[in-house]
Amino acid sequence: MDWGTIINNTLAGLLTPTTIAFALAALGLAMHFGFAGLLNFGIAGFMAIGAYGYAISVLTFGLPWWLGMIIGVLGSIAFAVLLGVPTLRLRGDYLAIVTIAAAEIARLLFLTTAFTDVTGSADGLFGYNSAGGFSSANPFPPGSYGFGPWTYNSETLWVLTFGLGVLALCIWLLWALMRSPWGRVIKGIREDEDAVRALGKNVFAYKMQALIIGGVFGGLGGIVYAAFANVSPGVYVTSITFFIWTALLLGGAATIFGPVIGSVIFWVLQAFLSNILPELAINGILPVDGTQAATLRFVLVGIGLMLLVIYRPQGIFGDKREMTFVK
Amino acid sequence: MNFLSVGNPRRLLKLLIVVFTSLIIGLGLLTPANADTVGEEYDYAVLGNVKIEGVAVGGVRMVVEGSGYSAETLTSDDGSWLIGVPTKDVYSVTLDESTLPAGVVVLEGEPTQEVELGLSGRVVMNFFIGEGERNEVSFVDQFISRFIYGINFGLMLGLASVGLSLVFGTTGLSNFAHGEMVTFGAVAALVFGVFMQLPIWVAIPLAVIASAGMGWSLDAGLWKPLRKKGLGIVQLMIVSIGLSLTMRYIIQFFIGGGTEQLPGFDSPKISLFGAVALSSNDLYSMGISIAVIIGFAVWLIKTKTGKATRAISDNPDLAAASGIDVDKVIRIVWIVAAALAGLSGVLWAYFRPGIKWDMGTQILLLIFAAVTLGGLGTAFGALIGALIVGILVETSGMFIPSDLKYVGALVVLIGVLMFRPQGIMGRKQRIG
Amino acid sequence: MSSNETPQKATGLHVGTAEPGCKKTDPMLVIDHVKKSFGGLTAVDVEHLEIPKNAITALIGPNGAGKTTLFNLLTGFDTPDTGTWSFEGKSLSGVPSFKVAQMGQVRTFQLTKALSLLTVLDNMKLGAKDQAGEGIFKSLFPRFWKKQDAEIEVKAMELLKRFKLDTKKEDFAASLSGGQRKLLEMARALMTDPVLVMLDEPMAGVNPALTQSLLEHVLNLKNDGMTVLFVEHDMHMVRHIADWVVVMAEGKVVAEGPPDTVMKEQAVIDAYLGAHQDTDLGVITGRIDTINEEESK
Repeated sequence: MDWGTIINNTLAGLLTPTTIAFALAALGLAMHFGFAGLLNFGIAGFMAIGAYGYAISVLTFGLPWWLGMIIGVLGSIAFAVLLGVPTLRLRGDYLAIVTIAAAEIARLLFLTTAFTDVTGSADGLFGYNSAGGFSSANPFPPGSYGFGPWTYNSETLWVLTFGLGVLALCIWLLWALMRSPWGRVIKGIREDEDAVRALGKNVFAYKMQALIIGGVFGGLGGIVYAAFANVSPGVYVTSITFFIWTALLLGGAATIFGPVIGSVIFWVLQAFLSNILPELAINGILPVDGTQAATLRFVLVGIGLMLLVIYRPQGIFGDKREMTFVK
Repeated sequence: MNFLSVGNPRRLLKLLIVVFTSLIIGLGLLTPANADTVGEEYDYAVLGNVKIEGVAVGGVRMVVEGSGYSAETLTSDDGSWLIGVPTKDVYSVTLDESTLPAGVVVLEGEPTQEVELGLSGRVVMNFFIGEGERNEVSFVDQFISRFIYGINFGLMLGLASVGLSLVFGTTGLSNFAHGEMVTFGAVAALVFGVFMQLPIWVAIPLAVIASAGMGWSLDAGLWKPLRKKGLGIVQLMIVSIGLSLTMRYIIQFFIGGGTEQLPGFDSPKISLFGAVALSSNDLYSMGISIAVIIGFAVWLIKTKTGKATRAISDNPDLAAASGIDVDKVIRIVWIVAAALAGLSGVLWAYFRPGIKWDMGTQILLLIFAAVTLGGLGTAFGALIGALIVGILVETSGMFIPSDLKYVGALVVLIGVLMFRPQGIMGRKQRIG
Repeated sequence: MSSNETPQKATGLHVGTAEPGCKKTDPMLVIDHVKKSFGGLTAVDVEHLEIPKNAITALIGPNGAGKTTLFNLLTGFDTPDTGTWSFEGKSLSGVPSFKVAQMGQVRTFQLTKALSLLTVLDNMKLGAKDQAGEGIFKSLFPRFWKKQDAEIEVKAMELLKRFKLDTKKEDFAASLSGGQRKLLEMARALMTDPVLVMLDEPMAGVNPALTQSLLEHVLNLKNDGMTVLFVEHDMHMVRHIADWVVVMAEGKVVAEGPPDTVMKEQAVIDAYLGAHQDTDLGVITGRIDTINEEESK
């Protein structure tokens, strides 16, 4: 067993564009579910719309990268409004079903061969980072940066810097909102929206604002991921939504840093398992073949999610009293 | 995914290519074993399979052109072909129709299509071919064909939906693991019918019994203890998501990422009337669905347990107060729901055709759509909802691209929630 | 319950005879032809009803009489099939619930809605109206709302002191007892500076030790110039504090008048007898002789 490589790859999972994208999406879910009590099972759809919005703006309309990204964000806002208007008046579990269905609709629309010219169909989109100038906006000269497991080339470093900047901004935004009277209303709505309504607050407007803000975080997650990897419809499946939920609940749904730390833990564990399981299989310690070993880690995600929700619903960092599942 | 709407015109129904539009996920699972290949020296490749109703067609000329490169090959006896290409670029792939058997043509799209090499460096290009010509059959005939296919699909969706609906009605749980219960039935049939080589008429009942057993053990081992622990419905919903992931990947662990077939999946079509031709599988499937649904309806209306189930759906506290053993009824509901879902999985494995680890996930949202359309928690509503969804999915392929046919059903789902959240059969009450 | 002093009752509230739908000298709420049915069952069918200003009005009636539904309709939590109603002369038809509350008509709920995972103080502060920090953009910068928030906190603490909850301000509302939650809900409603306070069964499930203080709080509302409309099953409380009583049965107003006279009316007795098996009857027992006899059969 090559422990050196395993540990190295595991530690590398601490800071990758994927981890940052996950953290952003989980932060969005924290806004939705942890603070406002909105059951959004369609965060993958928000990410897809952010990513495709950016890539299509650049590739099809020839816009510069920053404008493309803004359009990606606007796209996720539009998606939030589209979802919110009909469903925010309905019972919570209806929102869950509508969001998951809407995310699937979005994915199928990106996947269909009917719009291949624009969406690239099953192959997705690529080349927009250089076409839109994101790559050339890189302030770091080519070379190797960092040390040990955290050694990056200048492209990855640029994406990481950009992603961390976006993440820091979103964390600040969420923190600033939730300490304010606005955050008080949002938490009140999570507890009992009729009570808040009876106090003269426009609950629908607040829920819509929360849906939009969380949706923008999700869209930014998609954009950061797109800045690193190609945009492919195979990424934005419902499983990704559920993985992000796992990361969120791992850290604590109603916390600011919980979603970020949950994402980091999720990806470090994933990196560890995806390295150690095949090794164990090859060395005959686990009686499975390599492919099965790779599948096993997703089985563990599922089991982990169940155990978490049953035994520690407030997450690792959540206030034990502030469990968000009382309803 | 083109598995569902294989029915086009009459002859198309008779003779059709089962095309595996599967994703190549690095594993190379679907790389043809003995492909007639050219250009193997290149890093990238375009490949595919030419089959008519599961029967390979050899000697078909395939041409790949693009970026100043051109190569051609003939398909091997197992129908497979592979052409290596030098760069990651866009290529046009042509299937030479003149080399197909007499009367067989490309049915969907042009015989020349563009492909773009994706992340994996390999791309699958399969043509949808069959005997006859596209426009030969009238609109009405096509519609009737698809309508009947829709009823068939709707019936099997219905089997799965009534179970989900019963569970929701009695426990309040939106069970996201219901799709895996569907897959489980199909996989159990695969285990009994293929791996253990039992006759299929033994394998299918065994698969349903195995499903029922799983329903029992899920309730006994998971859901009942969680009810006793007093978990909220949102918590339970997320537990069911975890369960769904767990079951799905356990199934993949055992059967892998490919598609498996049950014995007799390619039964020939029988021309019934007009343009309508159905395989004996379709006929059996509809017969079994209808018989089981009638049996289920009788159970729900006539038997003591069935009545108790409905009473609990109406008002659990009142039902408990009037001496109904709620836990016992819920246990039975889980068993019935799992058995119906399992049966639906077996039938769906014949309808698609094929068994895949994530087949249940593919229709989970359609099941939700059916249940919501019919009215959450009303079993008969779910049945009607399922028929509507099934027919909608199958017939919508005539008006929108076939890879968007699920979208229609999902849009209807959202529409129903907007305008009539209580569903077709649900009673109007204050929601939200 | 043992209240020694008899509260000062408001009189001269109505014009003409005290009959269902009679005119009030100074009405706060005026209801016309409000109808609501659920699946063929008429829950509320009120021809005409006026609620007097600066008085405590009790809404009584057997279970299923439509009291809570009427509450929901009046506060915009439910929409009637037909009918109009106005609050201080302004029509409320089609006005959403949160706007109704902003106009000064605040309500509580039969099943107390304390916001469990907010602290007691946050529950209170949430009630205050017109908070700059509740706007999404201003909320980001504390300088827009810090000062106002401090003022709100002072006001909240005063009210909490009055309701004897000040020592619990940092506790989650979930940790309060049922009665304390009722108090918190009432105190929170007062944070909105209401003109009309609508209490849905303020006494239900409250431990007897707290009922006296709750009663006094309700009476204080009137003394502070507010109008109170409350639904109650406890006839003793109704007699003790209500200036005016409206009796509903099967969705209709069957009687109204001052508490001492209205409870003797045949229509009221019939209304309660019509719901004979109703457990409510137990509460009334000993208060009205006829019903007492009927009950002892």
